[in-house]
Amino acid sequence: MLEILSPSLITTVQDGGRRGWQAYGVPVSGPMDALAHRAANLLAGNPPHAAALEIGLGGAAFAADVDCLVAAAGSGFSLTVDGRPMRMWTSVYVRKGREIRLDRMGHGNWAYIAIHGGLDTLPALGSRATTLRATLGGDPARPLAPGDRLPIGPATRPLLDLAARHLDPGFIPYSASPEIAVIPGPQAAQFSPAALFTFHSSLFTISPASDRTGYRLGGPPIPREGISELVSEGMARGSIQIPADGLPIVMQADCPTMGGYPKIASVISADQPVLAQAPIGTGAIRFVESTLEAAQARYRQVLHRLDYGIMTLDSDEALWL
Amino acid sequence: MRILPITDSALIIYLGEGLDPAVNRRVHLLAATLARDPLPGITESVPGYASLVVHYDPLTLTHAQVADWLAARAQSATEMDSRAAKHIEVPVVYDGPDLGFVSAHCGLSPAEVARLHTQTDYIVYMMGFTPGFAYMGRVPGALITPRLATPRTRVPAGSVAIAGAQTGIYPVESPGGWQLIGRTDILPFDPRRDPPFLFAPGDTVRFIPDA
Repeated sequence: MLEILSPSLITTVQDGGRRGWQAYGVPVSGPMDALAHRAANLLAGNPPHAAALEIGLGGAAFAADVDCLVAAAGSGFSLTVDGRPMRMWTSVYVRKGREIRLDRMGHGNWAYIAIHGGLDTLPALGSRATTLRATLGGDPARPLAPGDRLPIGPATRPLLDLAARHLDPGFIPYSASPEIAVIPGPQAAQFSPAALFTFHSSLFTISPASDRTGYRLGGPPIPREGISELVSEGMARGSIQIPADGLPIVMQADCPTMGGYPKIASVISADQPVLAQAPIGTGAIRFVESTLEAAQARYRQVLHRLDYGIMTLDSDEALWL
Repeated sequence: MRILPITDSALIIYLGEGLDPAVNRRVHLLAATLARDPLPGITESVPGYASLVVHYDPLTLTHAQVADWLAARAQSATEMDSRAAKHIEVPVVYDGPDLGFVSAHCGLSPAEVARLHTQTDYIVYMMGFTPGFAYMGRVPGALITPRLATPRTRVPAGSVAIAGAQTGIYPVESPGGWQLIGRTDILPFDPRRDPPFLFAPGDTVRFIPDA
């Protein structure tokens, strides 16, 4: 079992997301930063979509009642094991009972701790992803609390064979002021040239009212004159809605399946982790235009670098017996 | 028919505009066609009132491949492709906190509101908002009432509500801005039941007075 000693503001269990139920109104959920989540799992010797801990918006501490192999990845955090600094984006062998701790450091919002074998919580509708708004999955389907104990799945490989493997996340352009590539949304053509210019030329901040459902942006309002009334239609993670006040909302992991606001653009998959990690409250983001073809090519490239970029460290720094 | 990307892994196909039952019927036919004869790489489809969103794996398929395949299916989908839609009866106690407002707004007695609400077979146009929430219509013209000016922060599960020409049941406690006219014991979403969802898009629903 993995015990939560002290959770962050939002610590949840997330796997790759719950697919196949959106027609019934069930959000996909899954990690806010899918690249860091995938990296943590691969480093821990898990399938890429295994259930792992998502630690959001604050530090957190954990301990396992068995020897285990963990990997932490994300942005804005540092890792210690029983007080000793350890590398992020690296698989670490941890003796039972030692405190695995993430503290806030630098810019970013979300980190992941994957444990070899994966978290073996009870699935709901085929997924272990926690959807807070629907109290679904997660077992318990709420932010984790001190004393919660999560079952760990069986090991499939010797833990020491998996230790001291590292992935350099340099190819993911995490930044406090990132440029985020977008493609046009389905209602983009209904916005005026002035509205599109404002959207693509302005700096936006991420409001503290943001959460796993959506990032609310601050900045110049996007004019909506002349946009016809929309009946509700499906939307997806990355969709950027412009509500009546003109301030964009970028839909995130817990995105509702349906929306009725016009969507001016959509954040490309490869940049969704970068936006998710842009500092809430202090970051400044800018949207740059991309194309569907370029977006899909970048996504393939990023996944390739992630899946084939793991190397074994020479030193024993990731081993602490 | 228009097909547009909504993200780099999903597109939307519009089969018409607005709240048109005939257009909505074609949305459900296309969704049923996809479910019966799926293209590998399409992960799921989500019906809206006049559109269908199709999610796909961009490592397997391009937008053009999905768009061409869908356009051909949208042309050829007929009533023959229809999934076996269910008909569901829902017992309702008409004692909701907004029944008085709706009565006054419509110039009807509460009993007449209940009688009118139970006189129609409603179609599940689409689902969304929360898991299991079915958007149904059309409510008889005499009952059409706008949403609350200020949404409630908590609406109890099982609340039966109307908004404009739509009606629905809140499956889980959630915020909500619809007019609450009654309540039911049936659970639109029960994760321990198989299947967990009582309604599916395209089903028909009749409310029955429950004394």
